Amino acid sequence: MLANKPFKPNQESSGQDLGMNDEITTLQEFLAFKLGSEEYGVDALKVQEIRGYGHVTQIPNSLPFIKGVVNLRGLILPIVDMRIKLRLGQPTYDHTTVVVILNIHGRLSGIVVDSVSDVLTLIPSQITHAPDCDSVISHEYIIGLGSVGERMLILLDIDKLMVSNEMALMDNNCD
Amino acid sequence: MAFSIDVSHFGDMFFEEAQELLEQMEGLLLAVNVESPDKEECNAIFRATHSIKGGCAAFEMDDMVEVTHIMETLLDCIRKGETVLTETHVNVFLQAKDLLKRQLQGHREKMPLVAGFESNVISELRDLANQEKNPRSTHTNPAQKIGGGTANKEDDLAVSKTHFFRVEMPKIAEDEFNALLSELGAKRYAESCELPDGSLALHLETDLNAEELIAVCSFLVNPEDIKVTEDVLSQQSCVSGDAVAKELDASPVSENESYGLFDDSVPLESECHAREQEQQAKLSAPIISATGFREVGPLAAPNLTTGRQESVMPTGSDSTSIRVNLDKVDQLINLVGELVITQAMIDQHVDGLDPTVHESLVNSFTTLARNTRDLQEAIMSIRMMPMDFVFSRFPRMTRELAAKLGKQVKLVTQGGATELDKGLIERIIDPLTHLVRNAIDHGLETPSVRVAAGKSEAGVLSLSAAHEGGNIILEVSDDGAGLDRQRILEKARENGLSVSDDMPDEEVWQIIFAPGFSTCTQVTDVSGRGVGMDVVKRNISAMGGSVEIQSCRGQGSTIRISLPLTLAILEGMSIKTGEEIYVLPLAAVIESLKPASDSTRGITGKGKLIRVREEYLPLIPLHQVFGIQARFTDPKDGIVVVLEAEGKKAALLVDSLVGQQQVVVKNIESNYRKISGISGATILGDGNVSLILDIPSLLRMGN
Repeated sequence: MLANKPFKPNQESSGQDLGMNDEITTLQEFLAFKLGSEEYGVDALKVQEIRGYGHVTQIPNSLPFIKGVVNLRGLILPIVDMRIKLRLGQPTYDHTTVVVILNIHGRLSGIVVDSVSDVLTLIPSQITHAPDCDSVISHEYIIGLGSVGERMLILLDIDKLMVSNEMALMDNNCD
Repeated sequence: MAFSIDVSHFGDMFFEEAQELLEQMEGLLLAVNVESPDKEECNAIFRATHSIKGGCAAFEMDDMVEVTHIMETLLDCIRKGETVLTETHVNVFLQAKDLLKRQLQGHREKMPLVAGFESNVISELRDLANQEKNPRSTHTNPAQKIGGGTANKEDDLAVSKTHFFRVEMPKIAEDEFNALLSELGAKRYAESCELPDGSLALHLETDLNAEELIAVCSFLVNPEDIKVTEDVLSQQSCVSGDAVAKELDASPVSENESYGLFDDSVPLESECHAREQEQQAKLSAPIISATGFREVGPLAAPNLTTGRQESVMPTGSDSTSIRVNLDKVDQLINLVGELVITQAMIDQHVDGLDPTVHESLVNSFTTLARNTRDLQEAIMSIRMMPMDFVFSRFPRMTRELAAKLGKQVKLVTQGGATELDKGLIERIIDPLTHLVRNAIDHGLETPSVRVAAGKSEAGVLSLSAAHEGGNIILEVSDDGAGLDRQRILEKARENGLSVSDDMPDEEVWQIIFAPGFSTCTQVTDVSGRGVGMDVVKRNISAMGGSVEIQSCRGQGSTIRISLPLTLAILEGMSIKTGEEIYVLPLAAVIESLKPASDSTRGITGKGKLIRVREEYLPLIPLHQVFGIQARFTDPKDGIVVVLEAEGKKAALLVDSLVGQQQVVVKNIESNYRKISGISGATILGDGNVSLILDIPSLLRMGN
């Protein structure tokens, strides 16, 4: 015990450091994108790149929101139209249509959105619990609502969503 | 932390290397000729054992160290010719190899074998080792020799005041020579002999040191002509005429005396280097001062030898290959595939240019195209492995099976250097193993039956691999009894298969691939349960290959497997339905045709049949199965492609044919899930994805 004493101040200071680190790690960056009139956000660390919408090869007998597969530098990955999935806006495809390529635990997929606005850094106090109301996707896939000035972002738990049965992107849950 | 990661990393390398060494050891053991074992072969087995032991000791796998140590002891006696190699040795060594393999597996899975499990093999090894030791009491235990020999030698030297020298000097008269010897106070003197240049060389044991020796000699000869070197050789073999004679052979025999491991015929770099050094230390460097030589002379030699023992093995195996993670290779293949596609895109642009205006651009582009192609080929070849990888496991199996069944089998392999994709190599092992077992169990007869049939006692089982076009052909053939047509037909009838007596041979032989089919009256643990040939056929079909049988009653049978060279490339036929282009594996396509307007028939309302060459085949409209919009829904407007898979035929209705091409197969499941009716995807020349149809599943969907 005695021997430990001189180290105590150090421990305290390291404790403070930890607290600061906690705050830093809870700062989260979100990629904000628009679907119809609503603005959504996904964890920016899950985003690999943003591309235009090109030729998509249709997958037979797939759900309507799965547009098909594309070639991304030799890798074949599925493209999901979030506008169809969340029933928002008009799924039109032209040279301004944007695909956000997500990398979730090594599996790549692309989501089609209307437009990408920016990357926002949110602190925990800016994120509030989403109120219970009727929505197309279950509440478990929504982290919360992020407010930045006048803007309100619906923050998606993209990790959970993309591996869910609802998206039907993985083998173990196709039934 | 970092340290533990490093060790686990080396651990993987060790496991792989040990695995390889064990396989190598088995191969050598099987190849060794018991009557007159080749010295180099024995050395190679010893080296493999030794390397495994070294690795195991480093990773503290004591059980394996124990086994390898006893093996090493025995092998050491054998390779030195002190023990005569017998069949028993080989058998016990093979068992020990199996034990080591299991132990290694145990360590790898972090579930070491329970002690006592291995006691049988170890005790057998021990018995053998003891047999060798007892009759020769004078003989030192080889294990001691290796472990403690060096230390002993050093001790002796420290105590003894006598020195061993090799003296070279110009020739002198005999009486003068005798006087000199007495002058030198030679305790023992080994023969002198004449060197090629006419000078005299003698080995002696004396109390004098080098300096004094030269001083004495200089009374008779010019001191500059005298060369005195510390004589390591005589020290070890205790001055004998033998030693001199051997030394004149010019090679440093002392090595063979002490460590026989380093045979002259192994020209390893490190060894040569070490040998050079030793030779320098021993022969060329005259000892000037008596105080200095202890460090350079006798002590240096043992150090060199022990140092070398570790360095020999790595040099041998590392110089020709490196270990690369397969993912890296696949990534390379991916990237080069991309490059080829990009190049194809540029190609289209370049084609549109006027060659007279852009001559140099077109020329450089042609070079680029060629380089790209070469690069792709070279990279694809990285995944290739020689068939020897598969063949090498059969000698052992053949030997054991033959012994079990009381048959004599001579295994002949051909074309072991033929290369095949690693993925395929791994998947062909099981089917091939099954075929070999079958050939030995059912095909080859017992020696007495063979002799009665006028054949040699030993049956010949041959395995061969060869390239034929874009395929590899594997053949398993035996000169045994051949297939019994009558019995197959009888059995087929018993099993309720529809057969007729006038079926052609080829069709009869195909019956043996039917599930559950066996003509064997007795079920043994070797084969005869009838689960196997159908599995063989299924596995090979799954790899995109085919199996054929040729058999002649009384003369043997040949099973011929044809496989694509790689799974990564598929010979495909592209077709179009609606807006989409799909690829059909060419192997499944029989023909494509434009159906006559009256060739389709409805069946039970829903399904449709189409008549193709006097045969009614189920018609599968691709657009219906896949739920897509097609240009043509009436068969008479489109094209039907007749497909065959798993013995079933069907006609697939598509809009049009696009072409035939080799495609690089890509996995869909790595980022998406399994799609029914689709086996994979590929990237077309325009960079778009095209799906590859899974014919068997498509035919099931159609029904």
